[in-house]
Amino acid sequence: MKSKLNLDPNVIESARSAAGQIAEDVQKFIDKHTTVTVERTVARLLGIDGVDDIDKPLPNVVIDNILEGGGLPRGAAFWIGNAVVQTGETPQEIAKKISTGEIDITKLPLSEESEIKEAVEKIAVQTVKKIKANREKRDEYIKNIGEGNKPYLYVIVATGNIHEDIIQAQAAARQGADVIAVIRTTAQSLLDYVPYGATTEGFGGTYATQENFRLMRKALDEVGEEVGRYIRLCNYCSGLCMPEIAAMGALERLDVMLNDALYGILFRDINMQRTLIDQYFSRIINGYAGIIINTGEDNYLTTSDAYQEAHTVLASQLINEQFALKAGIPEEQMGLGHAFEMDPSIENGFLYELSQALMAREIFPKAPLKYMPPTKFMTGNIFRGHIQDALFNLISIWSKQGIQLLGMLTEAIHTPHLQDRMLSIENAEYIFNNARNLGDEIEYKKDGIIQTRAKEVLSKAEDLLKNIEKEGIFQTIEQGKFADVKRPFTGGKGLEGVTEKDEKYYNPFIKLMLGGER
Amino acid sequence: MAVQKVDLTKVKPYGDTLNDGMMQLSFTLPVPYGDEASEAAKILAKKMGLNEPSVVYSKDLGIGYTYFVLYGKCTHTVDYTDIEVPKVDMEFMDKYEVEDFIKENIKRDIVIVGACTGTDAHTVGIDAIINMKGFAGHYGLERYKGIKAYNLGSQVANEDLVAKAIELNADAILVSQVVTQKDVHIPNLTELVELLEAEGIRDKIVLVCGGPRLSHELAQELGYDAGFTTGSFANHVATFVVNQMVDRKLI
Repeated sequence: MKSKLNLDPNVIESARSAAGQIAEDVQKFIDKHTTVTVERTVARLLGIDGVDDIDKPLPNVVIDNILEGGGLPRGAAFWIGNAVVQTGETPQEIAKKISTGEIDITKLPLSEESEIKEAVEKIAVQTVKKIKANREKRDEYIKNIGEGNKPYLYVIVATGNIHEDIIQAQAAARQGADVIAVIRTTAQSLLDYVPYGATTEGFGGTYATQENFRLMRKALDEVGEEVGRYIRLCNYCSGLCMPEIAAMGALERLDVMLNDALYGILFRDINMQRTLIDQYFSRIINGYAGIIINTGEDNYLTTSDAYQEAHTVLASQLINEQFALKAGIPEEQMGLGHAFEMDPSIENGFLYELSQALMAREIFPKAPLKYMPPTKFMTGNIFRGHIQDALFNLISIWSKQGIQLLGMLTEAIHTPHLQDRMLSIENAEYIFNNARNLGDEIEYKKDGIIQTRAKEVLSKAEDLLKNIEKEGIFQTIEQGKFADVKRPFTGGKGLEGVTEKDEKYYNPFIKLMLGGER
Repeated sequence: MAVQKVDLTKVKPYGDTLNDGMMQLSFTLPVPYGDEASEAAKILAKKMGLNEPSVVYSKDLGIGYTYFVLYGKCTHTVDYTDIEVPKVDMEFMDKYEVEDFIKENIKRDIVIVGACTGTDAHTVGIDAIINMKGFAGHYGLERYKGIKAYNLGSQVANEDLVAKAIELNADAILVSQVVTQKDVHIPNLTELVELLEAEGIRDKIVLVCGGPRLSHELAQELGYDAGFTTGSFANHVATFVVNQMVDRKLI
């Protein structure tokens, strides 16, 4: 397709290849390491769930036991497999016995490696089948009851109580929402475990637990059948438990996950080694489960200036794309992020926003781009806010975005009230319907404001990526080149959970999900 | 200027005629859409002192709840002449004046630590005040000569903020609260004051909070020296801090 923005394909190619090299360098580091949450994920995928009598999740109990015995470099699958062969019990039974002190998992006699692997693969194949079945069930639902038009309308519920969330989510679906995101409770991203069971207390959001996932999934399937649209469920695969959340989401048929390669490092001060290793396994799972990932480039623009720093968004999108490809995520599942966050007082700001959105569309033609609403310049004047959201909606339909996080007129005041969500959906539906094919009808003036802006942003992104390629991503982050945030290589949270693999490291899921039949 | 004279002892909302009392409301009632729902909205409006309530729009919210846009004529009045609102009442200096003030009156670099505390993840407020770039053309405190400003970011625990303030020997602490739920910012702000008192340093520090839902009055009630709301910039906060330091002999 000819570029309506007159972008130079050679520049795009050069930027993309620099991003590819950056990801390749980091992948060498990732392949040599594992983390506590990666191994807890393996434990979960082998069927370990629940908590001990002090509410400590059993996956943590098992991995802590392996860690104490110095066995983590070999991988949880090795030790759990060995215990299965030695005791003849299931991983869950073994986990319970570890929690009561009846088993010390690294002290059991060692079986033959082939026996261990055979025992593990038997269980792993079943789990992978279950995830595949979830994927097929989603496809079936979409085939039978249908889905909303793109951009999907994405709304947030955040009451803190899963049962209250369900009421709000069902109401939103009846009003027209296509994607329901259950915002997590504050600071869950910094917990090095995933809480268990249905929860009713949270601040600014609701705990991501497997039971909460299951309850919401069921509620959305019900309302989806009622309204004749498959309603997608979104959660947050970020923080110190990225891959565990991915595994829980894959098992409970979530559809969308926030899953950025760099977000935790920059905005939650999680150690960069930890995040990069964790994001890899989490994305392998998301990719296999057919889950659309959403990247967090919008966050760059809320902390730094959206006009000045637009090229960092494109650079990060290209890096996220390359990391995603390495983890087997197809383009159709890459919900690369960006945002409508320029200062509304900029003359022709709308043209620059449009240029940025069209550029992302052209550079990532198959990706269901995730477009984030204005937040930074929302003032409390809800009437003006509603207009800002309308302009944002207009650009979205014009440039064919994939997922539209609905702007709320009450942004910057409170978490959305029931009626705020209805008004936002109404705003988007009106504009999307009224301007559905606007983008197809329009061509851009050669070397006009829109083309020139896109060209500039692309060229600056190319420069930045080439620079990062030279210096390496770790150094780039240390220097604060993303979002003006500086993070040291050995600083931040969660570094103690990073371990170098030994030569016999074993994790059956990487091969089953990356190499296996989709 | 309006032609008619307003009686400031009996002020009422203005729609298109003086003292028509006209107000617009929008809200949701947890009852199913229909005539009874609209009637309920009108009865409620009357109880609020709105005469001739008129539901101009109502909509089914999909879960047996109904949304309304309603107009009514307010029967209450306010005596405007009798109002006193505590404010941060001072002539604000600009950046350069603040810098000169520090040089002349404090004669050393002052240390300001800021954070968005508790559950709030929104850094826009604290960033606007502290970060180099500032907001809407007003440079942030990081750019001020004579001020060492530290922005700790969002979701900072009160304990961590206090620890950092002690470590850096801070002269002032700025706390931002932007988006809150179920008024969680109130206990959160109170907790910080209690912690500072427990550490015995409350008197040695200029304590300021800010955010769209805060006012100077509320801030003082909660034990803060000042509260800044929407429309405040770094120079306002800086003026207040340096004046307090001099007034309270915290130099």
